[in-house]
Amino acid sequence: MAAGRNWNWFHRMGSPRWFYETTGRWLPWLWVLTLGLMLTGLIWGLAYAPQDTKQGNSFRIIYLHVPASFLALAGYYLMAIAGAIGLIWKMKLSYMVMKSAAPIGAALTFIALFTGAVWGKPTWGTYWVWDARITSMLILLFLYLGVLALQYAFHSQETGNKASAILALVGTVNIPIIYKSVDWWYTLHQPATIKFTSAPSMHMDMFQPLLVMIIAMYSFYGLALILYTRAEILRRERKSSWVRELALRTQPAQVDQ
Amino acid sequence: MIAESQGFAGYLRRDLLLAYRRRGEVASPLIFFVLVSTLIPLGISPDSARLAELAPGIIWVMALLATLLSTETLFASDYQDGSLEQLLISPQLLALPVLGKILAHWLVTGLPLTLVSPLIGLMLSLPAAGLLPMMASLALGTACLSLIGAVGAALTVSLRKGGLLLSVLVIPLYMPVIIFGSAAVQSAIDGLNWLGPLAVLGAMLSAAVALCPLAIAGALRLVSNN
Repeated sequence: MAAGRNWNWFHRMGSPRWFYETTGRWLPWLWVLTLGLMLTGLIWGLAYAPQDTKQGNSFRIIYLHVPASFLALAGYYLMAIAGAIGLIWKMKLSYMVMKSAAPIGAALTFIALFTGAVWGKPTWGTYWVWDARITSMLILLFLYLGVLALQYAFHSQETGNKASAILALVGTVNIPIIYKSVDWWYTLHQPATIKFTSAPSMHMDMFQPLLVMIIAMYSFYGLALILYTRAEILRRERKSSWVRELALRTQPAQVDQ
Repeated sequence: MIAESQGFAGYLRRDLLLAYRRRGEVASPLIFFVLVSTLIPLGISPDSARLAELAPGIIWVMALLATLLSTETLFASDYQDGSLEQLLISPQLLALPVLGKILAHWLVTGLPLTLVSPLIGLMLSLPAAGLLPMMASLALGTACLSLIGAVGAALTVSLRKGGLLLSVLVIPLYMPVIIFGSAAVQSAIDGLNWLGPLAVLGAMLSAAVALCPLAIAGALRLVSNN
């Protein structure tokens, strides 16, 4: 039974109750970590980092844009992997994680697109370019929205879970294809007027706050995912005894009139 | 193995026969393709130079929309009359009959679109160099679209208003196909090598033939369970 014992942690992780109780203990620390890193990174990046010689202060939007783009992409893979774990091991919890990852990822993709547009106006003189990266981020947003829409389309939670997991997996195969195809499409038609790669390697004083912001965004993502998943656990397990007990314990005492 | 290839051929024949009996329904994507393409000169400009510039993209977008419209019904009637359940309880590999159905779907939508596209090309004054690449790219590309669309159709077959949702799910996945499809036509017109984009379309088609039936089989099993 040694093999069985080795997998115990994995099966225990599949229990929504275990997840709820464990992450409950992490939450205060995660809040402190996220807020601390976020504040440090923002103040450092927005107030103390040196100005860019060409772009002036407008480059500072990088401190939001790049971390959000990172997490928007990583979040899709997290969502698809959670869906695959749900399909393969039939783990309830991983479907809840998958469902929670979709709105967060969609929001981060939107933030990445929006900050990119705002940044594009002063630097390139236009809000939108059909560049490979921008176009594939837009398609990523559509993929997230499709997973979200499919999740809510079915009456049965079970069917909605599995259907959106299948769609997320199909999308995973497509993301690299979409990225490469849009890349080639752009170079096929017109010469590159804007190069993302030609920016001079960042100065250390600019890069350090960016690094802090990226770590802060990862921490924020973890926090948001845990909070969403906890809410989803309570919603789906509301009929189970442990959630009822929890609700009774946390309900404020009724004041007699 | 014999039973499985029979499943493929049997479903191909059955769906072609069904399509033959519902000729009017089958013709509508084709009529849609021709009709909407005639809206473009009316809406934009009858000037042949401008039309020629837009023609590859227009024809591809219209072919994509026509395929999308017809995809919705791919599994719908089988789901309603219960023959989908018969398919699911059969002991065979589900992927092959599904592939037979998709091939039948392509033969009654993608192939006619391909054959009629030179006509639209002439109407939109597509340069003659683009005609053959357009037919080749449409033939490969609409097969990809049928396969990818079938994944969406299988996922949404049990929903009453699945059509709009289907397009939300499927259009993002269609994008690489349209990029390389219209790129093949455009590079032929520009005098460049158009076999490159066409080869990419062929690669996408072979990947889709290998992977999509698996996703479709999973989706059909899932949706019919509830």
